[in-house]
Amino acid sequence: MEAILIDFFKIACVMGVVLFICAYIVLVERRVCAFIQDRLGPNRVGIPLWIRKDGSAITLGGKWALGQPLMDAFKSLLKEDYVPAHVNKLYFWLAPMLAMFPALVVFAVIPFGSQLGGVPMIVADVNVGILFVFAVASLGVYGIVLAGWSSNSKYPFLGGIRSSAQLISYEICLGLSVIPLFMQVESLKLTSVVAWQTNHLWLICYPWNWLPGLIYLASSFAETNRLPFDLPEAEQELAGGYNVEYGSMKFAMFFMAEYTNMIAASALMVTLFLGGWSLPFVPVTGGVVVGLAHICIFLAKLFALLFFFIWVRWTLPRFRYDQLMELGWKVFLPLALANVLIVAGVIMVGWVK
Amino acid sequence: MQDQLFWFFSIAMLLSGVLVVLGRNPVTSALFLVLSLFFMAGLFVLLEAYFLAIIQILVYAGAVIVLFLFVIMLLDLKTENVRQFKRFGAGGALLVAGALAWKLASVVMAMPAADAKPVVGTTEAMGKLLFTQYLLPFEVTSVLLLIAMVGVVSLSRKETK
Repeated sequence: MEAILIDFFKIACVMGVVLFICAYIVLVERRVCAFIQDRLGPNRVGIPLWIRKDGSAITLGGKWALGQPLMDAFKSLLKEDYVPAHVNKLYFWLAPMLAMFPALVVFAVIPFGSQLGGVPMIVADVNVGILFVFAVASLGVYGIVLAGWSSNSKYPFLGGIRSSAQLISYEICLGLSVIPLFMQVESLKLTSVVAWQTNHLWLICYPWNWLPGLIYLASSFAETNRLPFDLPEAEQELAGGYNVEYGSMKFAMFFMAEYTNMIAASALMVTLFLGGWSLPFVPVTGGVVVGLAHICIFLAKLFALLFFFIWVRWTLPRFRYDQLMELGWKVFLPLALANVLIVAGVIMVGWVK
Repeated sequence: MQDQLFWFFSIAMLLSGVLVVLGRNPVTSALFLVLSLFFMAGLFVLLEAYFLAIIQILVYAGAVIVLFLFVIMLLDLKTENVRQFKRFGAGGALLVAGALAWKLASVVMAMPAADAKPVVGTTEAMGKLLFTQYLLPFEVTSVLLLIAMVGVVSLSRKETK
C-alpha cells in the first residue's frame, strides 16, 4: 500500500515538474529570443499577489514577466473553443490528446536522481527502458497525422503528411545512433546506463561516441520539430502546418506537446550521453543531501540542454525539405550504421571495459 | 488479478479486431488495429515477454500502421464508404475462414502443451536465440526484406536517360 502511495506521489511530482518546466521554458524561449534579436521580450506581467482597493495589483517579478505563463494558460482556456464546421469532429478532438500523451509518458522511465531516503528516483525502472522510450515516442506521430487529416483542408493535410514523414525518417536515425551506447553498457535499462557512467567516464567523453551524440542531437531537433528542422510549421509554404484549424486550448496542447517533447529529448540526452544525475567529485551514494544534489545536477544539465535548443532555434535558418530528407537518409543513416560497426570494433579490441 | 487482466486484454483485443473489420471509415479501422495491437502487447506483458510487447508497439503501432494511415490518407478512399455487400464474396470468405479455422484448431488440438520454461532476461535470451539457433531463418528474413526494398526502389525510380 505504502509503495503504491509513494509511486503515485512520484508520478504526481514528475508530472508537476515537467508541466511547470514546460510552461516556463516558453517564457525563457521568448526572453532568450528577444535577447538574441536585440529586443526586450515579455516584460510586463508579474505574478499577482494582492489587489488594492483602487483596482491596481501588487505583482511579483513583473520585470521578467514571471506571470506570463499563467496568463497565457488563462487566455488559452478562456478563449472560445471554436471547431470549424468542415472537420472530422472525433479525430479533431482526439489529435491534441494523442500528441500530448506520449511526450508525458516517456518521463516514466527516465532516472532523474539516484535515491531519496532509499526510494529510487525513477517512476518505473523497466528492463527494456530505452525501447520503451522509442516505442512511446513513436506514437507521437499519430497526433500530427490525425490533426492534419481530420482538419479536412489542404494546408493542414500537407503539413501533417510532411511532418509525419519527417518524424518517421528521423526516428530511425535516433534509434540507430544510441545502439553503440547500449553495446558498451550491455543493458537496456536506463538506470544501468547512468550507473555505468558513474563507474566510468560519461559516455560522451569517449571519442567514438561523439558522432552518435551529434546524430542523436540533430535527430532530436528533427523529432521535436524544432528549427532548423521545423518544416511542419513552414509558414511561407503551409500557412502554419497541421495545426492551422486549431484554436484556444487545443492549439495550446500541440504547443505544449512540442515543448514537452523537447524536455523529454533533453532528459534522455542527459541520461544517455551526459552522465544523468552524476557529476565527478559528487559522491554516488549518500543521505538526503546527496540525493537532492543529484536531482539538482540532473535539472541543471537539463536546463543547459534546453537553453542550447533555444539558442539553436534563434540562430540557424530552416532547412529545405529535400535537404532535410537527404540529410536523414543519405548522411545520418549510413553514418549511424557505420558507427555501430566502429564501436563493435572498439569493444572487440578491448578499449571499453 | 492476472486472470482478470488476461480476460480484459483478450476481450478488448478481439473486440477492437472486430471493429477493424466493421468500421466504415478506413482511418477508424486503422486506429482500431492500433488499439488491438496495444491489447496484444498487454497480453505479452502478462506473459512477462516485455521485449516482445515493446517491439509490438514500436514496430507495428509506431511504424507499420503509420504507413497504413499514410497510404489511406493519400489515396483518399471516400468511395469505400459506400460499399456493396456481395453474396458470393461473403460466401467464399466464410468458406476460406472456416477451413483455416478448422485446420488451425486441429493442429492446436493435436499439439502437446509445451513445457513452460521460465526465461530470464528476455532481451538477451531472445538475442541469443536469434543469433544461434534461429540464425538461418533470421538472415533469410532480412534478405527477403532487402529484396522487397530493392524491388520497390527500382519500381518507383523515374526513368532517366
